[in-house]
Amino acid sequence: MSRTKIKKHSSSVWMILPLYFFTLVFVAGPLIYMVALSFAQPGSGSAVEWNLTLENYKKILDPVYLQTFRESFQLALTSTVIICILGYPFGYFMAKMSESWKKKAMLLLMLPFWINSLIRLYGWIIILQNRGILNHVLKTLGIIDKPLKLLYSYPAIVVGMVYVLLPFMILSVYSSAEKLDWSLVEAARDLGAGKIKAFWTVSFKLTLPGLLSGVILTFIPSMGLFFIADILGGNKIVLVGSLIQEQMTRGSNWPFAAALAVVLMILTSLMIGLYRKITNVKELEGIG
Amino acid sequence: MKKNSKFSSLYMGIIFFLMYLPVAVVIIFSFNESKLPVRFTGFSLKWYQELLGDSAMIEALGNSLILGVASCLVSAVIGTLGAVGLSRIHWKTKGAMEYISILPLMIPEIILGMVLMAFFYLLNIPFGMLTLLLGHTVFCVPYILMEVKARLAGMDPSLEEAARDLGAGSFRAFRDITLPLIMPAVVSGSLLAFAMSMDDVVISIFVNGPRISTLPVKVYTQLKTGVTPEINALCTLMLAFTIGVLAVYYLAGRLLKGKNRLFSIKKK
Repeated sequence: MSRTKIKKHSSSVWMILPLYFFTLVFVAGPLIYMVALSFAQPGSGSAVEWNLTLENYKKILDPVYLQTFRESFQLALTSTVIICILGYPFGYFMAKMSESWKKKAMLLLMLPFWINSLIRLYGWIIILQNRGILNHVLKTLGIIDKPLKLLYSYPAIVVGMVYVLLPFMILSVYSSAEKLDWSLVEAARDLGAGKIKAFWTVSFKLTLPGLLSGVILTFIPSMGLFFIADILGGNKIVLVGSLIQEQMTRGSNWPFAAALAVVLMILTSLMIGLYRKITNVKELEGIG
Repeated sequence: MKKNSKFSSLYMGIIFFLMYLPVAVVIIFSFNESKLPVRFTGFSLKWYQELLGDSAMIEALGNSLILGVASCLVSAVIGTLGAVGLSRIHWKTKGAMEYISILPLMIPEIILGMVLMAFFYLLNIPFGMLTLLLGHTVFCVPYILMEVKARLAGMDPSLEEAARDLGAGSFRAFRDITLPLIMPAVVSGSLLAFAMSMDDVVISIFVNGPRISTLPVKVYTQLKTGVTPEINALCTLMLAFTIGVLAVYYLAGRLLKGKNRLFSIKKK
């Protein structure tokens, strides 16, 4: 028996080889190269000189670049807080719906995922621009006399971020509220807790993993979604993402870009690690 | 207790309205006569005509479709075989390998795009369709891998063992038993991968090179410079296409599920 088992396993090796090869060469390889690159020196053009140095990391500490990290962080934080405030109740209410409504709401929620995010952002450009719909409506209602400058501003970027990332928060809160045992809430009410107290001590605590995983699913991408800041913010705010892109293309300082990427990656992993520590969960709620 | 108030329905309604408002606006203005998306001046299909006459745009669309199909096929093979293989072997590196292969979904896209660009340059692979294909395959494989893995977890391993006991080789057992059973997961994973490939901007921007452009990259550069309602028309068509793919997916899922149900009835 054990011999056939061994034979069975060894004869399955051919199946795994493409994955092993591809993953090692095109996923692990580039990431290792990125770390190596971050210690190199920029040469002329896209060339790199292999004199190991910490210069690139020191450069990040330059006030200009620290400012970029701070601004990215601030923007990500602002967007994430708004996403939490908007998305948590939505996911929570959705879990309380009847089965048939749940299905409909899920479909409505998933459909935008399948529409190119650029298309959806373009819709916001039409709405927010100077002679756009929102200004037109506000003017007709007599709320403003002169069109507001809505597009290419900080709030416009936040709108874009919130818009693109909100479904992730809703889905992860929903999937954790779905599993909530509502009789626990009832028990709390029966024992004399008010509506708010019952929610706070029971429902909120039990859906916290969903909320936290939503925070990670929205916070991490919002540090890197440079095209939102580009399209809706008109390059007014430089995010870490835009900085990396600029260094890779116009700036031609690849080692510096690599160092920025390494730092961003460390920040990302720290957040995921923190999440796992807090919730004791291995996989993020709401994906997979 | 498990009841929704009027407030919550209203709240969800407002959020859904805001979610679909930009999409609706894009579609409506694609039929607008005037060039400026400010007021609706009259129904017209002229932007669709102009779009069809725009050869650069059509070429980008062709590139995106070829790329989407190719990367989806390549990653379907790698991902499906890999998931089945991972369920069969017990190497020490298995856990690590699984983790690394799913990594592209967990790191910010910008990092993935940047490292791939640097890496392709290092390997001296000329930027173009090949680098795009490799780049897209990197983030497509995990979708298929995860879908198939989930499906395999719910599968009865004795079916394949029976085939092996009856003398089928590993390839034969895979082709005749395992593959038909995991097919729904392969299809749904591939469709997801295709959609992601058609949607990708960030990674494509880094690895496409100067000569080749995919549709999302083209749309992105247009949005940054001058926008014409041609973009609206394009967006509407892409949306129609997406809904078409979803419909096919839904129907295929139903058909395949039906087939499986038949299979399980026969088994009984």
